[in-house]
Amino acid sequence: MDGLMQAMLLKRTAIPNSTDIDVAMAHGAYASVAKAYAMRPVDVIDEVRRSGLRGRGGAGFPTGAKWSFAAMDLKKPKYLVCNADEGEPGTFKDRFILEQDPHLLIEGMIIAGYAVGAEQGYIYVRGEYPAAAGILERAIGQAAAKGFLGKQLGGKGVSFELEVHCGAGAYICGEETSLLESLEGRRGQPRVRPPFPVNAGAWGKPTVVNNVETLANVPFVLGLGSEAFAGTGVEGSTGTKIFSVSGAVNKPGGYELPMGTTLREIIYTHAGGIREGRNLKAIIPGGVSTPMLTAGHLDVRMDFNSLAATGSMLGSGAVIVMDDRTCMVKATSVIVRFFEHESCGKCTPCREGTGWLSRIYQRMTRGEGRENDIEALLSICGKMKGKCFCPLGEGALQPVMSSIRHFRGDYERCVRKEGCDDGSCGAKAGAKV
Amino acid sequence: MLSPEAIARIHKKRRRYPDARAAVLPALRIAQEELGHLPADAIRSIADLLNVPESEVYGAATFYALLRWKPAGRHVISVCHNLPCSLLGAETVLDHLSRTLGVGEGLVTGDGRFSFQRIECIGRCDGAPAMLVDDDYHGNLTPEKIDAILKQYE
Repeated sequence: MDGLMQAMLLKRTAIPNSTDIDVAMAHGAYASVAKAYAMRPVDVIDEVRRSGLRGRGGAGFPTGAKWSFAAMDLKKPKYLVCNADEGEPGTFKDRFILEQDPHLLIEGMIIAGYAVGAEQGYIYVRGEYPAAAGILERAIGQAAAKGFLGKQLGGKGVSFELEVHCGAGAYICGEETSLLESLEGRRGQPRVRPPFPVNAGAWGKPTVVNNVETLANVPFVLGLGSEAFAGTGVEGSTGTKIFSVSGAVNKPGGYELPMGTTLREIIYTHAGGIREGRNLKAIIPGGVSTPMLTAGHLDVRMDFNSLAATGSMLGSGAVIVMDDRTCMVKATSVIVRFFEHESCGKCTPCREGTGWLSRIYQRMTRGEGRENDIEALLSICGKMKGKCFCPLGEGALQPVMSSIRHFRGDYERCVRKEGCDDGSCGAKAGAKV
Repeated sequence: MLSPEAIARIHKKRRRYPDARAAVLPALRIAQEELGHLPADAIRSIADLLNVPESEVYGAATFYALLRWKPAGRHVISVCHNLPCSLLGAETVLDHLSRTLGVGEGLVTGDGRFSFQRIECIGRCDGAPAMLVDDDYHGNLTPEKIDAILKQYE
């Protein structure tokens, strides 16, 4: 975390024993709860709306608007669900908060629950984060003992309880309606929308589903005030973003930087540049479901609107860096195999399409590519596009289409058996990419 | 069969939700924690405890990658093979484990000590290539490091 002048969300993660409530409180934890209780719920929502905070899970939906939809719905009870199913490959930003500053998340959830009128919150933690689940449970116990959770909170007759709910290995459960199905004890398959969760979510009741990092921003929106909060970042993307940087860099890690920081600064200033003195070849800016970029995109700003303008997405802010030894056919085959494995099977275009794509990639990486494979891949993508039930299938197409667009030469050399950049063309499937 | 302690844990969890079915996934996890995998009678017990049709408990259970249907080793090694780990040598890790343990993926060593499998991204991309041994994370893996790690698990 060196060189972080603006660290906000990750500030306490550098403090020893920051998971302990006394340590966290000595460094400001729960200070915004009293501020919230001194306001009317509608004013808390308004403050969040004015801050410009947008969801950090991938879609970037305005948080204040989402809260107001749930608050306006008269059905009761209401639920608040934290999406801690951080499964987008390359993403590990929420892990820092969950494992090293759980009280920041709990504080954000207490405020969100008060604002929308939810008395029960659930934190859906992915099964691959067993440590986080244990740390959260201990932190929730401490928060209850200090009177931050329970009944008659803040002398206002407000109640709020929290429960950790563990997943068991399913990427699709990061999609909010699948997550709700999973929370209710079913297979994690997406629901048709509308109705949206804000009106009919968990057990058919109004439910706000927010990402960990989104909720972690809430104490700062109230603590700093919406205007000061919005002073960091850029137009349309306020605040900071935790970028998870991995792959061929010297210093992979989580870097909290202002929204709108360039890829060049993230990769070269913070992540230490490309490892072993190699050259940059490809960048995935926001997790494997976001379209790939090239070295020519280094000056793109990492915020919602700037990335959308390049045809890619900010996604979860997971920056995966590939150097010039990477065969893009093999790299993409790894991603496509993942989507094939994680397709929930509900809709035909995704269930069958990801399998078709994957089989072509597996054959190509075995060194058995055919001249018409590139067109076949693009044709399958065209037939899936816009027809999948949920964003998983659409996400599977992005790495395929973008890697062919930017690195068609790799595909052509692959099908013509002319060798590839990692020097192992024709090696067995799954060789080091 | 599930122990009285496991049943008590399931009942306790059940009270945290407005509907008993929501405790299905927690119950499956509790059962696997105790039994190492999910035998058919555990599915039946959970169905009875929560009053959810057995077929639906089974349906939910078969959806999730971390739930197991066959006995595993005393320690379960899960190697991430997603993109960031692949870029930094996940296949080398898998090859080394397969050679060292003398068994292929998804199998249990003859002494019952280890089983190993591939897993999707475990969010340890800053320590790629990475793996889980039971609930412990191990990152920046090399063949030498893997040999030292295996010695910690009996």
